[in-house]
Amino acid sequence: MEQHELVIIGGGPAGLAAAATAAKAGVESLLMDEQATPGGQVYRAVGETSVQRAALLGPDYQRGRELVEQFNDSGAGYLPNTTLWNLNDQREIGILRDGQASLICADRVIIASGAMERPIPFPGWTLPGVMTAGAGQILLKSSGLVPGNGLVLAGVGPLLLLLAWQYLRAGVKIHAILDMAPTGNLWKALPHLPNALRAHHYILKGLQYQLQLKWAGVKFFNGVTDLQAVGNDSLEAVEFTHRNSRQSIKTPLLFSHFGVIPDSHLSRCTACDHRWDSAQLCWRPVTDEWGNSSLDGISVIGDGAGIGGAVAARHAGRVAAFESVRALGYMNEKQRDEAAREDQRWMKDDLRIRPFLEALFRPPSALLSESEDKTLVCRCEEINAGEIRCAIRAGHEDTNQIKFLTRCGMGPCQGRQCDNAVSQIVAHELGVDMLVAGGYRIRPPIRPLTIEQLAALDVGSVSK
Amino acid sequence: MSSPFRRIEEPSDCWVEIQIDGQTTRAREGDSVAAAMLASGLSSSRTTPISGAPRAPYCMMGVCFECLVEIDGIPNRQSCQIVVQEGMQICRQIGTAEGYR
Repeated sequence: MEQHELVIIGGGPAGLAAAATAAKAGVESLLMDEQATPGGQVYRAVGETSVQRAALLGPDYQRGRELVEQFNDSGAGYLPNTTLWNLNDQREIGILRDGQASLICADRVIIASGAMERPIPFPGWTLPGVMTAGAGQILLKSSGLVPGNGLVLAGVGPLLLLLAWQYLRAGVKIHAILDMAPTGNLWKALPHLPNALRAHHYILKGLQYQLQLKWAGVKFFNGVTDLQAVGNDSLEAVEFTHRNSRQSIKTPLLFSHFGVIPDSHLSRCTACDHRWDSAQLCWRPVTDEWGNSSLDGISVIGDGAGIGGAVAARHAGRVAAFESVRALGYMNEKQRDEAAREDQRWMKDDLRIRPFLEALFRPPSALLSESEDKTLVCRCEEINAGEIRCAIRAGHEDTNQIKFLTRCGMGPCQGRQCDNAVSQIVAHELGVDMLVAGGYRIRPPIRPLTIEQLAALDVGSVSK
Repeated sequence: MSSPFRRIEEPSDCWVEIQIDGQTTRAREGDSVAAAMLASGLSSSRTTPISGAPRAPYCMMGVCFECLVEIDGIPNRQSCQIVVQEGMQICRQIGTAEGYR
């Protein structure tokens, strides 16, 4: 089996910083990524994007360029367009590249799988014309595509504001921004404000976006509930409740967003320890201050280990890299501590904003576990909340039992979209802790692999 | 077909020709297949095997699997993860993909 010293999975800020740092310290490092170019979601296509598009996206996006250049100059190996379908506790990695499946092995693995948007079921969310705000931003970054006949933005979280601001600069008509954060969030966030002020540039940016949008006449609706996408074969209108009155806005596009959570399929596939984070409302791997998971030689860093944002991810990447350099024998403990000190300090400072943001942008509980019975929860197998509740009432007491009975989570997305929603419905209905409700057991292949590709698997000489 | 999306015009534009359900259309170099389908005005890219409901790309980053289509004869490809190539043949996937039944 092909053997490497260090394999880094994911080409976002955490992965790029980890690979560049480890390679410069003399470790043989290989970074693999699903995308065609480095940058992850946050700095997607940053190396290729046109001057016009980069200007629209703003200075924070352009900062990714430096990170990509450092990675390119570091001498780290790079496998783009590479899909991972397995990673086990022996650090054997199943990859798929150009239709060829193979297994490789590494002394150390750093998982930097990044974040995904929190999937929240609401009536009509499967209609063509309904997409996530992150999807809208990817279309802008990678293809220079923007809504041509206007759109409605709805949900909770800073990305909604950022995207609206970028669209404003691109001349896109925003019919309305529906803010679904419960009004009580602000009060719950206030105690975290003093600490958050240490990273006040984030707050100033948010206020600046909001002011510019209001100045431009974009309509904001606060405290929106009961969001519904309406249409026959595609979206025609968005309906919602605002100040006790039902409203409707005609629009061909609705981009929703409810915050981000770790993309944890890969870390969960290794079966390293995970816990439920009740502030971030997500599963996250248990890691130490260096990013080490509960499994020997496997670390998880960046947003994939718990949401901290792009800047913290970059520092986490460097910290985990120094730990790998130490573990591989190129540095002693003291040298590692010395090398990582600055990044650890910066990371700690940057993360101070998080408790404030988590409280301010916490999605309403009505959306997390109290979906109406007829709302589809599993998009793939088309299982609604009522069917899940029915299975619970029939005596099925954890998320995996619900999966076996109803098939929810067994479709093409392998539960990525319904996992958290089903767990939260189970926990809510039974009044149990999320750890008791559990999450889906994630098993390989975690990405589609044909039998033909599996049969032609290139394992080289298998060691065990 | 009119798309709910428009392109930001850029002087450096390079284009490739692809076919979607037999219709020749233009995509920008670097587009994912999903982006090219949305830009072409295709309102749905597949129908579900369960109820036959229309679906379209949703997350654009490989985690929702709504954008599954047939590309160059191979079904169930995640079109948001695949970059367009000159002459690519893309077919909407209606219900259960052939060869998956």
